[in-house]
Amino acid sequence: MDRFVFLTLDGLSRGAVYAAFALALVLIWRAARVVNFAQGAMAVAAAYVAYGVAAATGSYWLGFLAALAAGLLLGAVVDRALMRHIDHASPLNPVIVALGLVLLIQAVLGMVYGSEFRPAETPFSRGAFSVGGLAVLSPYDLFVFATVGVVVGALAWIFARTAVGLRMRAAAFAPEVSRLLGVNVGGMLTLGWALASAVGALAAMLVIPTELGLHPHAMDLVFVSAFTAAVVGGLDSPPGAVVGGLVVGLLLSYVSGYAGSDLTPLAVLVLLLAVLLVRPGGLFAPVAARRV
Amino acid sequence: MSGEDLLVVRGLVAGYGAAPVLHAVDLTVPAGTIAAVVGANGAGKTTLLRAVSGMLRPSAGQVLLDGDDLRGTPVEQLVRRGMAHVPEGRGVIGELTVDENLRLGGLWRRDRADADRALDEVYQLFEPLARRRRHLGHQLSGGERQMLALGRALVGRPRLLLLDEPSLGLAPRVVARAMALLRQLRDTTGLTVLLVEQNVRSALSIADQGVVMSLGRVVTTAPAERLRDDVELRHAYLGF
Amino acid sequence: MSATRAATPPRQHSADEARQAGPPHRGGTLLRHLAVVAVAGLLVFGLSYAVEPFRNFQLATVAAYLCATAGLTVLTGLNGQLSLGHGALMATGAYTVAFGQNAFADRGFTGHWLLPISLAAAVLTTVVVGAVVGVAAARLRGPYLAGVTLAVAVVVPALTVTFDGVFNGEQGLSVPVEPPPLALGAYFPYERWQLWIAAGATLLALLLLANLVRSRYGRTFRAVRDDEVAARLAGIHVARTQVLAFVVSAATAGLGGALLAVLAQSVSPGAFSLTLSLFLLMAVVIGGLGRLAGAVWGAVLLVALPDLSHSVTELLTLSPAAAQRLEGNLPLAIFGVTLIVVMIAAPGGVQGLLSRLGRALLARRPGRRS
Repeated sequence: MDRFVFLTLDGLSRGAVYAAFALALVLIWRAARVVNFAQGAMAVAAAYVAYGVAAATGSYWLGFLAALAAGLLLGAVVDRALMRHIDHASPLNPVIVALGLVLLIQAVLGMVYGSEFRPAETPFSRGAFSVGGLAVLSPYDLFVFATVGVVVGALAWIFARTAVGLRMRAAAFAPEVSRLLGVNVGGMLTLGWALASAVGALAAMLVIPTELGLHPHAMDLVFVSAFTAAVVGGLDSPPGAVVGGLVVGLLLSYVSGYAGSDLTPLAVLVLLLAVLLVRPGGLFAPVAARRV
Repeated sequence: MSGEDLLVVRGLVAGYGAAPVLHAVDLTVPAGTIAAVVGANGAGKTTLLRAVSGMLRPSAGQVLLDGDDLRGTPVEQLVRRGMAHVPEGRGVIGELTVDENLRLGGLWRRDRADADRALDEVYQLFEPLARRRRHLGHQLSGGERQMLALGRALVGRPRLLLLDEPSLGLAPRVVARAMALLRQLRDTTGLTVLLVEQNVRSALSIADQGVVMSLGRVVTTAPAERLRDDVELRHAYLGF
Repeated sequence: MSATRAATPPRQHSADEARQAGPPHRGGTLLRHLAVVAVAGLLVFGLSYAVEPFRNFQLATVAAYLCATAGLTVLTGLNGQLSLGHGALMATGAYTVAFGQNAFADRGFTGHWLLPISLAAAVLTTVVVGAVVGVAAARLRGPYLAGVTLAVAVVVPALTVTFDGVFNGEQGLSVPVEPPPLALGAYFPYERWQLWIAAGATLLALLLLANLVRSRYGRTFRAVRDDEVAARLAGIHVARTQVLAFVVSAATAGLGGALLAVLAQSVSPGAFSLTLSLFLLMAVVIGGLGRLAGAVWGAVLLVALPDLSHSVTELLTLSPAAAQRLEGNLPLAIFGVTLIVVMIAAPGGVQGLLSRLGRALLARRPGRRS
């Protein structure tokens, strides 16, 4: 029973990170109808920026902020410089360009930093509290929950309650009509990419310290897990992404805890296949066809 | 109700590929009047509106709004110039609520106070919309969507309203109400309307000017009453 | 012009074409392909004597990659299914041939005829795995398919670590291969023998693939890619077509992986990571999706670029650590950039550019109308 509680809480903590990353994927999917396969590589690049800034200034928090800023910038640049110029007639084209970007980013990081694992520090201790003899959460876990909670809440508020959020949604749902209503559709799309990329960067900052360390391929498996989470929840559903993330986090935690951590990648693959074959629309209802 | 021309279209040529759909179209709409563009399917009526609002780049010709050449103006800027285009199918955004759709129409305005006032006025004008504020766009009936699309355009307080087949798919009574509303807006606020319609009778009933198009050209332009009342003219150009 | 429409006839056409009885000169196509293969075979034979052993080895590697890129070109270019997991399929073939050769060696069997058996086993195993993945993938489209195959590419190498008793984990297995037959002479270079093996297997695979592409099945692949609904209405069984395309590409990928293992005389998970899968896809795209000739460019690039970056790195004076970092990552960087540029500027790839150039030149000849 102790083990179960521990695994559950640990799973929720990982799940929160997957939820954030999955949310980033869903954001871009809704805005641009593209799965951003480069999201992981972009997030890792932002994490390296944090590493460099933290090493230069000695402050974790400055590095953290630098990562978010780098994420924003990278998202905007990728949209404006690359995605704008792709012929979207074939759905394969943006995917292939994103994969080219993955190769490029990981290669550049490898050239500059090498591929050894760099230790990533955490601002809070990862030692778990004890409640009545049970090891439960660590201060770091609480930090993760709080950060993801704030981000998800902030995004929800922006989209639902602000003018810019309304513009972004309109631009995503009906770009032509929105243009006629004075919405800068291109600008809203870039903003969406920037926000999503920043959220991805945040997820990387939260998860990398819990893994083997910072290195160019650190987010590969996270991407696969988060993609699975987004699919589980339904690519069009932000609440679905959050729920999906928690589900995947829990699943991986139980598998790792009861069957061995070697089996976790396989568990992700099985879950992905199962969801896609049984309920391709995800757990949450699919959206009706878009009109222009 | 000044006599100046709000919209002037000269020699407009536009299309979607190798062959142009519009061939040197000329059109003038004086301020505070309603112009109805009628013609069969494929006459180029929708293409005309899209070329005027910039959704389609014309390959030749001019579009002047209150004397300003609209060439090179991006589509997003047109609301700021006072032109509102309600496209074919109305373009109600189904995933947004009625309130969100309406607010979207006024988001570009700097004067937020007046934008809020305009929103209230639209709610007063379209009482059913006020009752269904929180409903999603795709939950509305055809007539309600019509009101929503129109209301959304009006929130921006346009000077010129481009309407593409507003009667499409609507019951005659609803159409009549919509047309009456347009006439009322013209009379009370001086709104200028360029209306594209297949329902010739209802369009001509409120229009000041009738423009008949066929195969991408303007076949004739005449005061609406002449097109309505002159039997020979009607036969020749409208087929009834 | 998008990548996947690089070589397409109009949509409706493909669906109708595919239902027709067969090409009017079925025998003619086979003969033509046989002639091409024979010429290519002679060319390779001549080259194998003309160039130094290291180049022979490189050509053999190109041949191995060509099996994989050709199959992937058919799957992604012709049939429109984007697979990011073919590196894992190559790994399947590679490990199977390793098991086969080791099993024979353990039991003391010898003889040159054993290698084709191992290769055949590798192809068969990969076909089975490919069928499983293909059936799952048949219902998926676009990003969902890409995501699943990506997961396969990431997960499968991890399996070798999980079951490291069988697969020997990160170290991998060695692949014992017989030296060239004595009949060829005592000083016959090993690399030339390797090239003969690889080229022989590859040319056979390409022959079969080319015939398939030209056949009714090839047209069915294209029909489904261009317009699934139209294809279904024309009576084509879409799911079966998707699975067939996947299985065919898996077979060639398995063969390619097995050949790589034979050439390197070893197999390890590091050689078949996600990066390899991406490399394969990139090679196919840069070569020009949907054209078998483009697959050749892709395979050449896969071998030439690392070689080139090695030479470039040697030119610069860097510390050994920096040199290693540069050399290891330069091909990836170049691939990534080229891929992005190609998809944006010339979605038809190298072969597409050449075709366009060829057409433009032909059109300019006097007396010809374009």
